[in-house]
Amino acid sequence: MPLNNKTQFIEGSRAISLTVANIRPDVVSAYPITPQTHIVEDLAQMKAGGKADFEYLRAESEFAAASIVVGAAAAGSRVYSATSSQGLILMMEVLYNAAGLRLPLVMTVANRAVGAPINIWNDHSDAMAMRDAGWLMLFAENHQEAVDFHVIAYKLAESHNLPVAINVDGFVLTHSYENVIIPGRQEIKKYLPAYKPAPGTYLNPQKPITLGGFFTPEHYWLEKKKLDEDIKRAASDLSRAYRDWKKILPSPISIKPKFDNGLIEYCGPNKPKTILIAMGSVAGTIKETLKTEKDTGLLKIRSFRPFPAQDLRRIIKNCPRIAVLEKAISAGAYGPLYSELIGSLPGYRGISSNHIIGLGGRDVSVATIKKIINSTGKAGLKFW
Amino acid sequence: MVQIRIHGRGGQGVVTAAELLASSAFLDGLYAQAFPSFGVERSGAPIQSFVRLDKQPIITREQIYHPDILIIQDDSLLAEEEVLAGINKKSILIINSQSNPAELEKLLKNKINRNNIYSSPATAIALELLGKNLVNTVILGSFAQATELISIKSLMAAIADKFAGKGTEIINKNKDAVLKAYQYGKKA
Repeated sequence: MPLNNKTQFIEGSRAISLTVANIRPDVVSAYPITPQTHIVEDLAQMKAGGKADFEYLRAESEFAAASIVVGAAAAGSRVYSATSSQGLILMMEVLYNAAGLRLPLVMTVANRAVGAPINIWNDHSDAMAMRDAGWLMLFAENHQEAVDFHVIAYKLAESHNLPVAINVDGFVLTHSYENVIIPGRQEIKKYLPAYKPAPGTYLNPQKPITLGGFFTPEHYWLEKKKLDEDIKRAASDLSRAYRDWKKILPSPISIKPKFDNGLIEYCGPNKPKTILIAMGSVAGTIKETLKTEKDTGLLKIRSFRPFPAQDLRRIIKNCPRIAVLEKAISAGAYGPLYSELIGSLPGYRGISSNHIIGLGGRDVSVATIKKIINSTGKAGLKFW
Repeated sequence: MVQIRIHGRGGQGVVTAAELLASSAFLDGLYAQAFPSFGVERSGAPIQSFVRLDKQPIITREQIYHPDILIIQDDSLLAEEEVLAGINKKSILIINSQSNPAELEKLLKNKINRNNIYSSPATAIALELLGKNLVNTVILGSFAQATELISIKSLMAAIADKFAGKGTEIINKNKDAVLKAYQYGKKA
């Protein structure tokens, strides 16, 4: 296990499992599903080989795995799980409870399409199914962001009592190899001290409390409103947490963004004719495309929850054309990201278009992105 | 940036070849990226994997449509149309084949110049030194010699690291086979 910050050349899944091990959770529980499998197999192997001190609880399903980490977090433990696709959907009831109970779960979602038809490859259909569950949701562009987000996620989860999902594109990130810096235990500990929940906030036989009580109509809505406010409030802390972490673990980048507050990143000209908006690994291919598209910029959303509406508005408002590229649909409506973005842009007068890309692992090429850029003069929804 | 596409058949270690090639480049101080074509792998079915090498961080993630270098682990794959997709006259071909570059140029209808074709006797070397027709490491010896993009030293280190769990005998046999392919190319 690496204890220094030397650059390594490893698989994305291994980068995540090493980082999680160095974060030192108390309890890990998961049920294997493609393409998350390598992450949890690796953690199980570390445990079996005596290289990790967390409890690894095997579960009979994703529903059980999620319930196990909810129980462990309710008892005051630092917990970790990971899943994909149908597994995430099977967890859904527990996911809402984790947020409502204000438990600091951290989970990797190796993004994969949802059946039927059955398909094991990457898109964001699974993530979009949990967007209303009350979790913070981050999307990684590359291995380094995936690694960084896991550390930052625990910082946020434990300081705000909120669950965090780190979305990494299945196969594209989980099964690829690239240069990555894995933070050691000491570096992580400096930033993320051992988890000590406040007394009276977790289940303890010596000091019994109730978690998840019954809320009548007069109180239920207030609790939900508070969840909404707290998630929104986490935005500024996410910004700070990102900045602080990158001071501890700087990493090389080839294109310096014009704007980067941790939640969003803008790369491109000062006065773009078109702005593309996207999340996850496709942002890299878009950046490559923009090397020869000088009038177009990329707005990458790292934080889907909290949704950085104000920041997006500031960058987009005067751009004549915006195009949302997303790997999910909401059948019968616009894509989920597009709908949210437009909802955040009252009075936007430019041309907005919505491009559904990469469904079920369909490759998103530079050539496709160029075609999308050329089509942004026309509003509406298109499939590529 | 150099873009490399590897073609082989399910079970021939196409994905491992990409990983080893990229790992070697990493050990030589480059940025590298390796990924499979994410198919459902069936034994014997045509499979691709992809490698990019650069002096700066690699950001694009599309599959490789216009390879600078093609590695073909099995020359029966030349019958598959997609194997030669996106090549140009400057593309370099490293192929496991008994035929010589002039014969291959003809077979490929001059799509690749014979000076850019490197024929590797990987099957013969694998049968002799590994005892089976497993050419994924062997052909990388030819790659290292032909392109000089990775050092033989790093390739050896990457093999030792990847096969650490398989024991020294397997590691040494693979190293010997790689070295033989490397030296064969030098003589040719």
